[in-house]
Amino acid sequence: MAREPQLSVTRSDAAARASLSGSWVVTAAEAAEAAAARLTQEARAARSVSIDLSGVARLDTAGAWIIDRARQELAAGGASVAYAGASAAHETLIAEAQYRVFETPERPRVGPLMGFLSDIGLSVVGFGRDLAHGVEFLGQVVRAIGVALLNPSHIRLASLVHHLENFGFRSVPIIALISFLVGAIVAQQGIFQLQNFGATHFAVDLVGLISLRELGVLLAAIMMAGRSGSAITAEIGSMKMREEIDAMRVMGLDPVELLIAPRILSLMIALPMLTFIADMAAIFGALIVSVTYGGLSPEIFFARLRTAIGLNTFLVGLIKAPFMALVTGIIASVEGLDVQGSAESLGRQVTASVVKAIFMVILVDGLFAMFFAAIKY
Amino acid sequence: MNEAAGTEQGGAREVAIRVRGLTVGFGEKLIMDGLDLDVYRGEVLGFVGASGVGKSVLTRTILGLVRKRKGSIEVFGRNLDELSFEQRRAIERRWGVLFQHGALFSALTVKQNVQVPMREYLSLSDRLLDELAMLKIALVGLKPDAADKYPSELSGGMIKRAALARALALDPDVLFLDEPTSGLDPIGAGEFDELIGTLQKTLGLTVFMVTHDLDSLYSICDRVAALADRKVIEAGPIDQLLASEHPWLRAYFHGQRGERLHLAYQATRG
Repeated sequence: MAREPQLSVTRSDAAARASLSGSWVVTAAEAAEAAAARLTQEARAARSVSIDLSGVARLDTAGAWIIDRARQELAAGGASVAYAGASAAHETLIAEAQYRVFETPERPRVGPLMGFLSDIGLSVVGFGRDLAHGVEFLGQVVRAIGVALLNPSHIRLASLVHHLENFGFRSVPIIALISFLVGAIVAQQGIFQLQNFGATHFAVDLVGLISLRELGVLLAAIMMAGRSGSAITAEIGSMKMREEIDAMRVMGLDPVELLIAPRILSLMIALPMLTFIADMAAIFGALIVSVTYGGLSPEIFFARLRTAIGLNTFLVGLIKAPFMALVTGIIASVEGLDVQGSAESLGRQVTASVVKAIFMVILVDGLFAMFFAAIKY
Repeated sequence: MNEAAGTEQGGAREVAIRVRGLTVGFGEKLIMDGLDLDVYRGEVLGFVGASGVGKSVLTRTILGLVRKRKGSIEVFGRNLDELSFEQRRAIERRWGVLFQHGALFSALTVKQNVQVPMREYLSLSDRLLDELAMLKIALVGLKPDAADKYPSELSGGMIKRAALARALALDPDVLFLDEPTSGLDPIGAGEFDELIGTLQKTLGLTVFMVTHDLDSLYSICDRVAALADRKVIEAGPIDQLLASEHPWLRAYFHGQRGERLHLAYQATRG
């Protein structure tokens, strides 16, 4: 039943008669368009054209549109064109799907150079706005946490514990694993390079200092940005999309106090603990490698470690953790609240949240390094 | 497909969708138990039932989004269970679905949304692709400047219209509508009903409409089917349902709101 759309044109002097047959439906649109093009081509010179639809088996809006387009093109060329033999159903269909030109308002066009420059401008403005937003938000969060601490009954304990489990407890295995591996790799490299000087045991100093001061906290913070920051952005973003945040606001509930403060607080509690776990895992990795690959005995390893590091080495890493968690949490929340209506925008904000959070974590680490160097800690 | 509209009153009516002995359940709970339903070609079937009774589940089961436990579903005379992947695709191309909340792709403009099925299934010239999309958008009563808007920039009524335009993209034979007028103001709902009626007549569509809107039932439905007690308790012209003794149907049609409309309906018929 699905015959291709067909056309035969008979000419007599100034008049042309086009007989259409077959199925003029959207699935055969290509053939229909070709046939319609042939119709306008062959009947162009005719003064009057009659389009005979009696042979058309099936017609839908696409077919009607194509036929009517050909008719109007012929009419525009000065011919008088009429339909013949159309059934009632086909007639209403053609009337409904009459060819017309749709005017869509032109969008303003900009040249590539202007586009490039305006992109730069926009991103600078965007960065400024992000910063202002972040600072404003920091104020709100600090206020919410302060209020909660002053009236302990305001602390949402259930939600805090829930987030601590999600962001803290559940990231223990992965953070322990990567820290263990990185500790082991740093130890192996240290031993390998220091062998040449016969100073293998100094590798322990290296691993001890670098894991406690930098690596443990960095790995934990980056993992937290990727794992928990993205989750926070997605949660808050989809709540924003479904107007849940607006619903809270009109009920007089503060989303910062209700949603964001518990999350950020739990990140700030969780990250120091995760940092401690990361430190221990890294040192354990280094111990394993030192014993098996470097040929040091555990006693020597720990003796070296004790002389190499002090409590301050450990604290340097730990002090940074809450700040990194705060930055991650604020970025994640701000990005979440920036989500617009579409699923694409949610994806974009989650990406932005993770990228910005990791960048800021490293920046904060750099600032602390300068600070500790200045006070010789 | 257009001839079907004209032959409504013929003796043996062609069945577009035939559901037999359908059983659907989630866990221990049975939603449908041995449900039978026929949708005839070229008719508008209104489908009513209390909230949560499984109207949407039935639609989703026919569409293959929910698994059934027992029974058979035939669409255009072909059992959906016995189709190959390709055949099933061919059937899917012949139905259009309007989801309750529109389900427009949020990352695409209205025009792109309408073009998605056309692009996926057909090879059309760019010009025709554009023109057909604009035609569908005009058919559902949206202004051309809505074409380049994103779903998040549209009002509820416009979203429904845009979603209807997408459902009509491939000129389907069967249109599934899940509560098309819910969330629209009465004027918008009335216009939407009229639109569906017009489209159904001009395009010769078979329309399966899940609805709560009594107005829609009176104004555009050829037949109405009611779902209760895990079965279709009654299916036929609205007069048959009005006369039914089933307690839920009595409450539905002869409750306070229903009775007002019922009286108005009787008045218009004299």
